[in-house]
Amino acid sequence: MKSFTYERAETLEQAAGIVAANAEAKFIAGGTNLLDLMKLEIETPRHLVDINHLGLDRIEETEDGGLKIGALVRNTDLAADVRVRRDYAVLTRALVAGASGQLRNKATTAGNLLQRSRCPYFYDPSKPCNKRDPGSGCSALEGHSRTLAVVGTSDHCISQHPSDMAVALRALDARVNVMSARGGEKSLTLDEFYRLPGETPHIETVLQHGDLITGVTLPKPVKGVHFYRKVRDRASYAFALVSVAAVVDEDGREGRYAFGGIAPRPWTAGGEARAEGGASVIAARALDGARPTGENVFKLPLLERTLKAVLKDAAQTSGK
Amino acid sequence: MNSEDTASATPRMSVTLTVNGKDEHLTIDPRVTLLDALRDHLGLTGTKKGCDHGQCGACTVHVNGRRINSCLTLAVMHEGEDVTTIEGLGTPEHMHALQQAFVERDAFQCGYCTPGQICSAAAVIEEIEAGIPSHVTPDLGDVQFSDEEVRERMSGNLCRCAAYPNIIAAIRDVREGGKA
Repeated sequence: MKSFTYERAETLEQAAGIVAANAEAKFIAGGTNLLDLMKLEIETPRHLVDINHLGLDRIEETEDGGLKIGALVRNTDLAADVRVRRDYAVLTRALVAGASGQLRNKATTAGNLLQRSRCPYFYDPSKPCNKRDPGSGCSALEGHSRTLAVVGTSDHCISQHPSDMAVALRALDARVNVMSARGGEKSLTLDEFYRLPGETPHIETVLQHGDLITGVTLPKPVKGVHFYRKVRDRASYAFALVSVAAVVDEDGREGRYAFGGIAPRPWTAGGEARAEGGASVIAARALDGARPTGENVFKLPLLERTLKAVLKDAAQTSGK
Repeated sequence: MNSEDTASATPRMSVTLTVNGKDEHLTIDPRVTLLDALRDHLGLTGTKKGCDHGQCGACTVHVNGRRINSCLTLAVMHEGEDVTTIEGLGTPEHMHALQQAFVERDAFQCGYCTPGQICSAAAVIEEIEAGIPSHVTPDLGDVQFSDEEVRERMSGNLCRCAAYPNIIAAIRDVREGGKA
């Protein structure tokens, strides 16, 4: 690990100010992804600002009946919150489908959104990777790409976003609250928050250096049957090959859907979570323009079948 | 990974941890993980280093009552916090119920993963009692102890000797005996 200095921030403004003024500084919260990458010297900050003690660890009800989730709320606490379990079950289901119990106890809401790629080439400093080393090339295009994205990719990067939580948040039309280092607050949809790789896959979000995520806001609960179905190589503790977050209307004709494991950010059918129709119609729209590799072309039918299974479960649940 | 070439450029920092009930004052490089602080600076080698990347669970300890991977956190981030390691759960003379059950059930072969398994298992029993749901919980509002729940919740602890069936049995014994 490269050497760095460390300090514990006392206020949000102080934390943002320190990082904004130092191009080599980073925030650290749960640290479960950042420290992993620092050990591999893929991330090499020279200064860490610890934001664990800034009070962003509460879940509060909003005026319009939704929830405001603090950036530092741990994945375990978010999944176990009684309001989330009752009204946003898709989010609890997505959270507990990810990582391990130990990691969920430490990992935060904002850190989950900002976790980096698990592409095998991003993690291997001996190989070219445009995300890790801009301009060096993408090893995955002709390499091992079975787990990687099939849609939303570019000739420069085919990495997929690894989060489960973010897929559920996309289905729920959650917004990310950001305190700008230059003053002011922004509220962004996930589609606004995440950038597609294009020619700059190393730039993953619209955050400027020093911007601080303060939390995530959920709109008021939507009625329907909640599902998070994740297909992976192991029964537990593995990233998604494909996943479907769904809140299906009681009559089964419409619902809200978002997809994981297939794109550089949580994905939807045509840019809207709300969709109607059967699995083949919705999957076809979600996969419009897909450019799979020979190794991951299986994700196209797998996504449709996973969605079909979710809709079948939804019909059975509603019929009870 | 352990490049010490620039270590002299990094000022050391003071941190006080309460480890197994005892205050420990350390002056360390900020790069020192909680795992390395426990093993290399405090001599508590019960906590094991397996992968050092949060994938195997051998380094599992409790911090402020919650299980975490001690390899993926910095010691300086835990100023004033309570750390419990396998040495704090029980001793050879006064074993924790899980330690006793692991012996009785032959829940290990080489034993390298065992401290992490036991620290994790102690937390798993508490998490189920606290109603924290898991991936296999059928009803999110009603969390019940079962072998399936234990298997899912222990998935962050690998055992290359594959003592899993006996690990599950040991945890079940303790839960049924109410001795966690």
